[in-house]
Amino acid sequence: MAGQSDPNVSIFSGEEVEFMAEDEMVEIVPNMRMEPLNMLCGDFGPFYPQMATQVPMWLAIALKKRGKCTIRPPEWMSVENLTQILEAERESQAAFQVLPFHYVEISSLLFDYASGDIPDLYMVRSLINDIRDARFLKVESSLESFEDARSSAVKVKNLSAMEVNVVRPFVGRALQSFYKHGSPDLVPNPEAMSARRPQATDNIQRLDSGR
Amino acid sequence: MASASDLGSTDDYEALMSMTDVELLKSAWRQEKAAPEILQFESRLIKRVREQIQLMEETVEEFTESGFDPLTVSLYQMDLDRTQFLLRSYLRIRLQKIEKYMFHIFATAELLTRLSKEEKWFIERCCVDLQTHLEKSVLSQLPYTYQSIFQQSVINDETDMVAKPQLDTFVVCKTKYYLGHIQLEDNADGEPDGSSPYDSGSQKPLEEPFEMEPNVLYFVRYKAVKKFVEEGKIDLY
Repeated sequence: MAGQSDPNVSIFSGEEVEFMAEDEMVEIVPNMRMEPLNMLCGDFGPFYPQMATQVPMWLAIALKKRGKCTIRPPEWMSVENLTQILEAERESQAAFQVLPFHYVEISSLLFDYASGDIPDLYMVRSLINDIRDARFLKVESSLESFEDARSSAVKVKNLSAMEVNVVRPFVGRALQSFYKHGSPDLVPNPEAMSARRPQATDNIQRLDSGR
Repeated sequence: MASASDLGSTDDYEALMSMTDVELLKSAWRQEKAAPEILQFESRLIKRVREQIQLMEETVEEFTESGFDPLTVSLYQMDLDRTQFLLRSYLRIRLQKIEKYMFHIFATAELLTRLSKEEKWFIERCCVDLQTHLEKSVLSQLPYTYQSIFQQSVINDETDMVAKPQLDTFVVCKTKYYLGHIQLEDNADGEPDGSSPYDSGSQKPLEEPFEMEPNVLYFVRYKAVKKFVEEGKIDLY
């Protein structure tokens, strides 16, 4: 029943995806002394000046905003690594390179709040943007091959959280249509369709407007 | 250490024990948000989280009163806010689903047992109120054959006015273990329009069984992995 796919349920907003990414751990170097924090989401610290420690992203950003620490960008955010990934990403039309599941959110959070802590900021930023664009392009072109998926599972290896979230509504509905209409090379008989289909859709519409 | 035979389950257990309740709540929230139908209410987890939240609220209050380092207090407050957001959002998604599919859930014993005590109370009131309202305002004026709130007309046996979750939806998921040979049990829950209009010409290709590699994302029809989601073997994203 088409009308029942409510956009509010079973979809994450961009903010919610970012919320999840904010729990990823990141290394910070505090510049103050603070007792350990025994929080609901875990125990962190103690914090000593110049002693690196691991905290979740949101905590790192909170401290950074108050000028209490510097954030060490994760290793994968180095120019060498990103250049390599971008090359590989452009070379292969099908495969996606391995990147952290939340790389889009983590990098954009760091650019927003800790740009001063990232070496080669401009280089890194443009590399990540290029990687992102290359990957999104690939996602779009790989959608074409989805249609020969006969079974009800489609592998999307190494796709990241934000990428999944962006393509989810479209891919989900596309796959569902493929499934509903059986094999794609089957040409539906228009007469059989018009004879039975309208009634069914009519019911659905009435049901929707009744809700 | 455990012997090789039960290593797997011990690992699971340890992995589960090392997760904080907030992490468990986050995962429950994600599952609930991604699944088309309502899932089992995590009553014990929610109870624990509620207690922890209350404890933390008291601690933060104490800190504020005693003039504790304001930075630390604000960090604790942030932690608290994040957890409360998760809890609220979790409960809200469930309420949304309940409101949307109330007659369906109310009529299905298996689904009804998934609700918490409060949710059961809510759905009961909701169903009764809506039914009374519709009957009083519209249905009682209609000819007898059209008076049901479940059916468009009594000629039709189907309860075609009851909104049901669409289990055919594709979901994004990942498994922790290798799952081989996943196949749909045929029409386990009675497809409403199983006979497709194209049946006459050629048959719909039989659904091939598929396998899932660990830690790889898949788009899968929810119905095919439903039981793994319920068993906690598959994570929805």
